[in-house]
Amino acid sequence: MPWDVVAKILFMLLVVMAAILPVITWIERKQSAVMQDRIGANRADIGGLTVLGLFHPLADVAKLFAKEDFVPAGANRFMHLLAPVISIVPAIVTLAIVPFGGLYVFGDSHWNLVIADLDWGLLYVFAVGSLATYGAVIAGWASNNNWSLLGSLRASAQMISYEVTMGLSVVGIFMVFGTLKLTDMSFAQDTTFRLLGFIEHFGWVDELPAFLSWIQLPTWGIFLQPLGFIMFLTAIMAENKRPPFDAPEGESEIVSGYHLEYSGMRFGLFYTAEFLEIPVIGMIVTTLFLGGWSIPFVPQETLIAAIGGVFGEGLATGLCMIAHVSVFFVKVIVMIWLQMTIRWTLPRFRYDQVMDLCWKIILPLSLANVFVTGFAILVVRSVV
Amino acid sequence: MIETIAFYFLSAVAIVSALGMVLNVRNTVAGAMSLVVTMIALSGVFVLLQAHLIAALQIMIYAGAIVVLFLFVVMLLNLRTDEFAPSRQPIVKFLGAALAIYVGIQFLGQIELGLPAAVETADDFGNYRMLARTLFTDYVLPFEMASLLLLAAIVGAVILAKRRVS
Repeated sequence: MPWDVVAKILFMLLVVMAAILPVITWIERKQSAVMQDRIGANRADIGGLTVLGLFHPLADVAKLFAKEDFVPAGANRFMHLLAPVISIVPAIVTLAIVPFGGLYVFGDSHWNLVIADLDWGLLYVFAVGSLATYGAVIAGWASNNNWSLLGSLRASAQMISYEVTMGLSVVGIFMVFGTLKLTDMSFAQDTTFRLLGFIEHFGWVDELPAFLSWIQLPTWGIFLQPLGFIMFLTAIMAENKRPPFDAPEGESEIVSGYHLEYSGMRFGLFYTAEFLEIPVIGMIVTTLFLGGWSIPFVPQETLIAAIGGVFGEGLATGLCMIAHVSVFFVKVIVMIWLQMTIRWTLPRFRYDQVMDLCWKIILPLSLANVFVTGFAILVVRSVV
Repeated sequence: MIETIAFYFLSAVAIVSALGMVLNVRNTVAGAMSLVVTMIALSGVFVLLQAHLIAALQIMIYAGAIVVLFLFVVMLLNLRTDEFAPSRQPIVKFLGAALAIYVGIQFLGQIELGLPAAVETADDFGNYRMLARTLFTDYVLPFEMASLLLLAAIVGAVILAKRRVS
């Protein structure tokens, strides 16, 4: 394996597993505390030092490792031990196709900041994501507990349903960008369009006045497919089974659902899988809808040309790369914040509400979105 | 070299897990999980053959959706394990073995030893664009007919499910 791929894998794993993942459990506690006017976790200390409760993730992990790893009587031992591992793998391997930066040319060497630049990138996301269902299904079945089994039935029904709508709600994005390749989508979003340019194209006026022509938007998925963004975010959050879509856990109804019979670090793996999916969802949504690594209104060439005069081409490209990677992770952090806010704002949906939302609202809307997008593309192609 | 090793590894996994599925008659869930492993290994083989779209669909549709629904049904029906035990009647065993031997001989006759030369493929081979173009131009009528058939099946299922038992 070439060294640059290893470097990119290490970078991604370090950022996600070592930087984002521990902090995100702290954010979950602190943000909920802020939203509910509490103080939140602040007691874990090392030598009297608490640092806003940032040592709590460490204390959690130490506690989970110290607990007994319990396998209930009558459980299928092999499957019971395997299920948490199955549930965490999809989230990790999805990181492979996320473009966290663009393509940078340093003399002869090209730096393409994505681990695997697949032509069918988005299909890979769906394929890998669909395997996550097995973690929940097998966990519930292998535990030999009726509550667990109910939880895993709910989980499998919910995840299968939302996979359908998740796929359909981004069809508009494939159509607009004309590709399934995530890197190409990021490049396509690194430009701007004039919001009122269609008036000119339809020939209603010969040329827009300057003050109207000036109104521009980045060609981000969220501006081209606003409905698709809302539906995709809903569907992918439902896939993650966190509140408000946590009917498979449903503490008030089925105790704790599919991971009821898990303790210690095996429970911790389910917990980690859910938390790991938060940044992964953030990355996918950022790449599809929020322009990926692109800086709004400042395309890559413009940026390199602007600072190239001062720093020289090579250093300018390097600075541009650092800026792009930082912008990407800032957008991911915004998406994490948004998910946390939704999680602590909405109460849990009832199970039938979850299903109705999927099959009766999002599915018809996403089909309509495909038709409207197709029609719009047809019209735009015919006049431009 | 790496591709050859990967091919033999994936093939071995596929065969072993396929056997695991057939032999796990008493434990339906374990059988279904073996089927999933077979699907994943086959999808790896498809990737080696440059058929990326088929590989993704193999996992998305078969491993990710259909087998989950199998599991769903298995769990809902809550079948007793002995219902799937092999039949004890000697005549069934004899017929089964005879059929297996017959099919096996027929199959062995078809196998050619030695690998054919590698075929040069087009640049867009296995690409979703090529498949979509073919599907929606040359084969649009069969495609629409298949979707109509599926629609009829869905409507039928809904009607059956909605029927009130009085």
